[in-house]
Amino acid sequence: MSEEHRPDREFGFHTRSIHAGARPDPTTGARAIPIFQTTSYVFEDPESAAAYFNLQEYGNTYSRIMNPTVAAFEERLSNLEGGIGAVAFASGLAAQSSALFTLLAPGDHVVASAALYGGTVTQLKHLERKLSLDVTFVDPDRPQNWADAVCDETKLLFGETIGNPGGNVLDIEAVASIAHDAGAPLLVDNTFATPWLCRPLDWGADIVVHSATKFLGGHGTSIGGAVVDAGEFDWSNGRFPIIAEPSPAYHGLAFHETFGTYGYLMKLRAETLRDLGGAMSPFNAFLFLQGIETLGLRMDRHVGNARTIAAWLAERDDVTQVRYPGLAGSKYDGLVAKYLPRGAGAVFCFDLDGGRQAGQDFIRGVRLFSHLANVGDAKSLIIHPASTTHRQLNDDELAAAGIGPGTIRLSIGLEDAQDLLWDLEQGFAQIG
Amino acid sequence: MADTPNMEIWQDPETIQTILHNARTVAVVGLSSNPLRASNFVGFYARRHGYRVIPVNPRESEVFGERSWPSLSEIPEPVDVVDVFRAPDAVPGIVEESIAINAKALWLQFGVIHEEAATQARDAGIDVVMDRCLKIEHARYIGRMHVLGFNTNTLSARREVPA
Repeated sequence: MSEEHRPDREFGFHTRSIHAGARPDPTTGARAIPIFQTTSYVFEDPESAAAYFNLQEYGNTYSRIMNPTVAAFEERLSNLEGGIGAVAFASGLAAQSSALFTLLAPGDHVVASAALYGGTVTQLKHLERKLSLDVTFVDPDRPQNWADAVCDETKLLFGETIGNPGGNVLDIEAVASIAHDAGAPLLVDNTFATPWLCRPLDWGADIVVHSATKFLGGHGTSIGGAVVDAGEFDWSNGRFPIIAEPSPAYHGLAFHETFGTYGYLMKLRAETLRDLGGAMSPFNAFLFLQGIETLGLRMDRHVGNARTIAAWLAERDDVTQVRYPGLAGSKYDGLVAKYLPRGAGAVFCFDLDGGRQAGQDFIRGVRLFSHLANVGDAKSLIIHPASTTHRQLNDDELAAAGIGPGTIRLSIGLEDAQDLLWDLEQGFAQIG
Repeated sequence: MADTPNMEIWQDPETIQTILHNARTVAVVGLSSNPLRASNFVGFYARRHGYRVIPVNPRESEVFGERSWPSLSEIPEPVDVVDVFRAPDAVPGIVEESIAINAKALWLQFGVIHEEAATQARDAGIDVVMDRCLKIEHARYIGRMHVLGFNTNTLSARREVPA
């Protein structure tokens, strides 16, 4: 065995962002990760083919289940998050639904943050009906709310490092402890923080999900997602026969007994990804790998710009509220200091004095901010939820969703901060 | 698990790689002929990767076409690694036998945790790995674990020359 594989050094985050999961191609010597645009793989011999399908050997069979370019993305992300492995998916929502599908059974109960991304809430309510689950949404800011919602059937607690759009910061350590007391894992969506700003697995979370579409890629070109496992949860605690008992979907294989700490990820890939089919494309994996190479550098600049703009907005008389948890005096100060010492991300809302009309006028006034429904791009983005994503809601329903008629959501990009301030000034001028 | 021992000393990457690199013969204690059992996965994999696998299981007569021995002491050839798929309370007896047959390494699979017996083996000059899977560690350092998106925690910009 060659010397260079000996892990005699703990490499830093930026080094790992560039190298983890991406060795030079042994066949061609290609230094960049090749895009393995192939559906399938020729087997060496019938014995090898059988061993791959039986999971007795790790080998490529079919790109719905695994692909070398996608594997480089999976290993790199799991390395950065401090997990034992990852499975990539076609989107963040595909990653999330597959993570849930793998560990939940009909009749199970989930405690979820009420501040979760709207698309996640919709997915949970959909799964609740289709899979006969029971989901309780709680105000995530008080750990006691999570504890109060737990019951005998609770199999999962689900939160976000930084909530969208309210900017709620999760007390990961406290909620993880509540989950483990209940014999359930804690799943955390770390999309807004990325592993550069926070590593939820270090604080006791068991599973992390990502929309790679956002900051991991950073270029706004590709949709993708991933599930990362800490490998710490005891699936054989008697409460997860779906993972611990022999699986009828894989000819009687008991995933946790056979694969130990890797049991959840093996089931997620060999059964859930195989059967539900939401695989990431190799080309998208390639683009995400390019993005991750500069993740830490970009996030520092996203955060720097976000701080400047949030502070500037907070000084204005025509802004009633700036909901950036990284703003000094935020009610999340303590949690930001603990979990997000490098900064509280770059997506936040502020409220205009003047309601729906003011929100729409503001959008009309800006030129650099792109008016669209995404976040986490190198380009700065803007949206007025009351006239777009939440258009069907009346003012009372908006308030329940934590959105005011004059709420504007910003995703701060990598441009020069002074240019972004100039642009926002034009938005304010348009309100007149 | 409040009484979890300090596992790091039993999961040293250098020790793991030295064992995997130097071993030729692996005696698998508790090897099952049932292809769905973890022991069968590991034995099958080790054979594929060139190790000589010797079954040790009084309940089996033959696994992978190899005679199964009732105990370590009855194996009529030298053993490099004793790989254990048994309940933790069987470990002290296995350690005594491992010392008696001059095994070079003791490998205790996932959940096979017995710190006192492991310490006894180490004091007798045997390399010990505990609560780790031989197949997974081989795949991490020598095999193709990254194929399935696992974190091998290995990093290199050198071009590997295929063997």
